[in-house]
Amino acid sequence: MLPQTIAMAFKAIRTNKVRAALTMLGVIIGVMSVVVLVAIGQGTTASVTDSIQGMGTNLLTVNITTRRVGQYGGYGGGPQGAAPAQPQSAGQQRGTVVLSLSDILGLEASEAIDKISPMVNGSVTVKAGNKNTTVSMMGVLPAYADIRNQSVQSGRYIVQSDVDNRSARCVIGAQTAEDVFGNTNVVGNTLHINGRAFQIVGVLESKGSSAGTSSDEVVILPYTLAQRMLGSTTIGSFYVSAVSAEAVTQAQTYVENYLYKRYQNTSAYRVSNQTEMLNTINETTGQLTLMLGGIAGIALLVGGIGIMNIMLVSVTERTREIGIRKAVGARRVNILLQFLIEAVVLSGLGGLLGLVFGWLLMQALRTMLNMTLIMSLGVVELAIGFSMAVGIVFGLYPAGKASKLRPIEALRYD
Amino acid sequence: MIEMTGIRKDYRMGDNVVSALDGVDLAIADHEFVAIIGPSGSGKSTLMHIIGCLDAADEGSYRFDGQEIGDYSEDELARIRGRKIGFVFQQFNLLPRMTAQENVELPLVYQGMRGGKRHRISETVLERVGLADRIDHRPTELSGGQQQRVAIARALVTQPALLLADEPTGNLDSRTGREIMALLHELHRAGHTIVLITHDASIAAQAPRCIHIQDGRVLAAADGQEVS
Repeated sequence: MLPQTIAMAFKAIRTNKVRAALTMLGVIIGVMSVVVLVAIGQGTTASVTDSIQGMGTNLLTVNITTRRVGQYGGYGGGPQGAAPAQPQSAGQQRGTVVLSLSDILGLEASEAIDKISPMVNGSVTVKAGNKNTTVSMMGVLPAYADIRNQSVQSGRYIVQSDVDNRSARCVIGAQTAEDVFGNTNVVGNTLHINGRAFQIVGVLESKGSSAGTSSDEVVILPYTLAQRMLGSTTIGSFYVSAVSAEAVTQAQTYVENYLYKRYQNTSAYRVSNQTEMLNTINETTGQLTLMLGGIAGIALLVGGIGIMNIMLVSVTERTREIGIRKAVGARRVNILLQFLIEAVVLSGLGGLLGLVFGWLLMQALRTMLNMTLIMSLGVVELAIGFSMAVGIVFGLYPAGKASKLRPIEALRYD
Repeated sequence: MIEMTGIRKDYRMGDNVVSALDGVDLAIADHEFVAIIGPSGSGKSTLMHIIGCLDAADEGSYRFDGQEIGDYSEDELARIRGRKIGFVFQQFNLLPRMTAQENVELPLVYQGMRGGKRHRISETVLERVGLADRIDHRPTELSGGQQQRVAIARALVTQPALLLADEPTGNLDSRTGREIMALLHELHRAGHTIVLITHDASIAAQAPRCIHIQDGRVLAAADGQEVS
């Protein structure tokens, strides 16, 4: 009985192709938007995750937010595992703390910590010949290259003697080299940074842009010289790399304990690791994906209402057919199943077509807009399952109405 | 075959209650060919619906083929319609999107019969009504007489206990009507029980027995045939 009922449903759909196509359109658009929007959301998550992991999973970022010591804003206790607060002196408790370079380099004593580099940054104007542009300038130690996975495509990176001698040497980002010189073959050339002449010693490997900020539009200077140029005497932020991904937590605790000892205030500094950052971003993009999927789900729901509408019209139109079928022995369940299966076939077919169109649209977006899109099996199953469920839910009422028609009334209908 | 006693059926029309059948007693034996005749509004259509299990009486007892079916559920009535009664309607009532053969097979589909067996049986029956060469035609490709033959084939395909024909010649010209009547006579001779509902006295006169109905009641043997 069931295969015959399914065959009947396909036959009914075939005999009214245009109407069936229009009815399915709602579900097609719904499923297509679910698939594509979720793929965009998941693609974004993946590319952001990728670029964060590209920065190195062993990385700790430390930001110092205040120079004050003690109970200013921070009422919390010490960080986990910290020794009880021991003010070094009564005078220092209400004074200020200035971290020196040797203070933070002293953290390398921890076996969990591999390398440390402070960083100062600011915006500068670079000029060569008659071309100039504004780029971000970073002052770092040589260790920074390893900590942030930076490498040079030609020349060399900043070396320790540059830092010690405050040499007027710089490493230039690939894009900035293109912008100012027109090519990247610029090692040995002179670049004016805020009016001061620097010798270019290296060109950075291009990393491409992520989330709107290009890591190729940059000049890198020796830390000591950059600090002097920016008129900065304190360390605002520094980077720490742990010896391995597993040692990140230990390294973080070590850094936090040290900073707490110095500041007596947990809100004076912020130590964040890449995993935390990843989690935050994944949470955000996850919500984005959910929201996109939800909007698309509404489109699918509207498609379902379209199916119900057409099925109700179809039941009225086919009242006489229902009467004939009942006269020759169809029971209520036969009629119910006939119309229900018709609705499910319509919505399921719409779901399949939506999937096909969604896939095509994804290919187009990939090639034309160079977007990262990820179509997961889960979404495919969900889209098909949901569209079939839409067919059942919105087919039930019309099918029930058809099955309850009394045979004599149905036969009398013209 | 059919035993009815005190069958009543009322219809509500707004605030008025119209009595369509007002205590009908009726008995039809196996292998009979009976015509039920009456003017429009006499209640003969309602009687036909009740005989055909398309509708249930409000009061009275109806025994069909030995079973008391007065309190059968809708699905049980559907089962009786599907297996024991074959309908022939004035409007033919074929499904327009299906071929002659598919139309004839429809009652067998609802019996759950497999395709191969259905095809064999439906071909045999279509041959019997003289449409062996039309089995793949749709109703719109057939003449009125041919369509009614398909309808008769559909009624016969389940080998029903009763063939119920409601004005079977009403939509046909007189010559085709005579052909259809000849087919019914032939089926009667072959052993089928046939009940024919009509308002046309000349059609009714062709049946061996005639039951007159008026104002929801069976008239006493006005022409003597009822007694025979």
